Amino acid sequence: MSVTGFSPNEMMTIAASRALKGDDVCFVGIGAPSAACNVARLTHAPDITLIYESGTIGTAPQVLPLSIGDGELCDTAVTTVSVPEMFRYWLQGGRISIGFLGAAQLDKFGNINTTVIGDYAHPKTRLPGGGGAPEIATSSKEIFITMAQSRRAMVEKIDFYTSFGHGDGGDHRQRLGIDTKGPTLLITDLAIWKPDPVTKEFTVVSLHPEVTRNKVQETCGWTVKFADTLEQTPEPTELELTTLRDLKARSSGAAHKGAAVGARQGSKDG
Amino acid sequence: MAQFLPLSRAVADNLNSGDTVAFEGFTHLIPTAAAHEAIRQGFKDLTLVRMTPDLIYDQMIGMGMAKKAIFSYAGNPGVGLLRRLRDAVENGFPHALEIEEHSHAAMANAYEAGAAGLPCAIFRGYRGAELTKVNPNIRSVTCPFSGEVLAAVPSVRPDVTFIHAQKANRRGDVLVEGIIGIQKEAALAARRAVVTVEEVVDNFDDLHPNLTVLPRWSVTAISVVPGGAHPSYAHGYYVRDNASYLEWDEISADRDRFREWMQTNVIEKTSDDFAARVEHLRIVA
Repeated sequence: MSVTGFSPNEMMTIAASRALKGDDVCFVGIGAPSAACNVARLTHAPDITLIYESGTIGTAPQVLPLSIGDGELCDTAVTTVSVPEMFRYWLQGGRISIGFLGAAQLDKFGNINTTVIGDYAHPKTRLPGGGGAPEIATSSKEIFITMAQSRRAMVEKIDFYTSFGHGDGGDHRQRLGIDTKGPTLLITDLAIWKPDPVTKEFTVVSLHPEVTRNKVQETCGWTVKFADTLEQTPEPTELELTTLRDLKARSSGAAHKGAAVGARQGSKDG
Repeated sequence: MAQFLPLSRAVADNLNSGDTVAFEGFTHLIPTAAAHEAIRQGFKDLTLVRMTPDLIYDQMIGMGMAKKAIFSYAGNPGVGLLRRLRDAVENGFPHALEIEEHSHAAMANAYEAGAAGLPCAIFRGYRGAELTKVNPNIRSVTCPFSGEVLAAVPSVRPDVTFIHAQKANRRGDVLVEGIIGIQKEAALAARRAVVTVEEVVDNFDDLHPNLTVLPRWSVTAISVVPGGAHPSYAHGYYVRDNASYLEWDEISADRDRFREWMQTNVIEKTSDDFAARVEHLRIVA
């Protein structure tokens, strides 16, 4: 907790939640994106459609899921479809407005690595891999990314291109025949970033309260570009903070209990 | 036609060393009991297929049973990395592991193509993704109508698929519900499909007509193993045992501790031990 009454991580989640609108259809990555999407749903965007890759469409979990396939997601969803249907009809079919991703490693053009640190054949660290991200990154109409800043995570050159962002920048996506926008927003624990309209390099457009340019640069592995007119991210409102903290408290309570509170029965009797 | 068999027999009859095998489940209904039975029977040189290899493939790889893994996300769901798989990939321990890595979209399409009897799956994917450079099984085809270049991957056709489901009826039809993942496609893509279930009911007469049901003639064997998906969950029966996933992160971090745990909790146990593991996780109606 910082002196201003909220942590950088809380500011990140809340700033990310503000970027979502009620008419968005959002493909939600687990972790930080999941918290942000649900805060949006519980505050200003109650009608947002949240989709998790396990097949749950229009889900409204009371607690944050421990994984992308929790029963809570299915219990509260409008419908649950198979994984092939999810990726074929709903994602590849072009029905997702926002793909919301996290990243282990990110470069300034929004390319993401979640596969390996080091060489692919002889990795220093074998990470889980891409999962749904390679196609989420290219089939969603646009991509939001959220992650905490560090020099290890935000690097000049990523070790592996798991998910394509803007490639080498400029019109690289169009040259590969990709007609979706790609990364349009990066929300970190320190700032809000948007790609330069021409070069597509992520540029800081807004600093979170009490964050300095130096702090942003110290925790980023590339030379940071700042917009000419730099805004300040509004502090979390009381409603936003309370909503996030209540959600986290409910979630950790449920995780430790290991028992379902209010979980619906399956159709045992049809 | 589905035969009801004890799990030890269903595994012995349907799995062989050298097989390509899928133990599928997308976070939900993971066929842990079947995987543990396979570990006890000590198969070797398996090609393990799974979208989300989690604890059970970590265990099989750590026990030296796998020659190759075909997958799209190798993580401990909601926790982190798979440490036995990492040890195999990073250090060749207990022996080197060949990997064929895909995205979820590719694997889902590949299972569906397998179920549809096609040699390959075609989809719009992998654009700009570096997996295309390290996995020679990711190729492309040009649409003969539009000229669009699309990704192609071989279909998945396992020798045998193991899944866990909620229930079978006495005839041997199987019901899967909740997050159904890739279960139906994985079962229909395989030459043989073995299903563990929570319970057997008289009939499915009162079920909604559009539920996911595998007719008995599409299933090879059924074994009744209550709790058989532990530590994952079975929708309508019991919830995920999150503590076990967290604990696995520590157990699997150490080679000796891993071996001891496997000896005590898998080798010296039977499939009958699963029911007790979910008692405290059962959903109160």
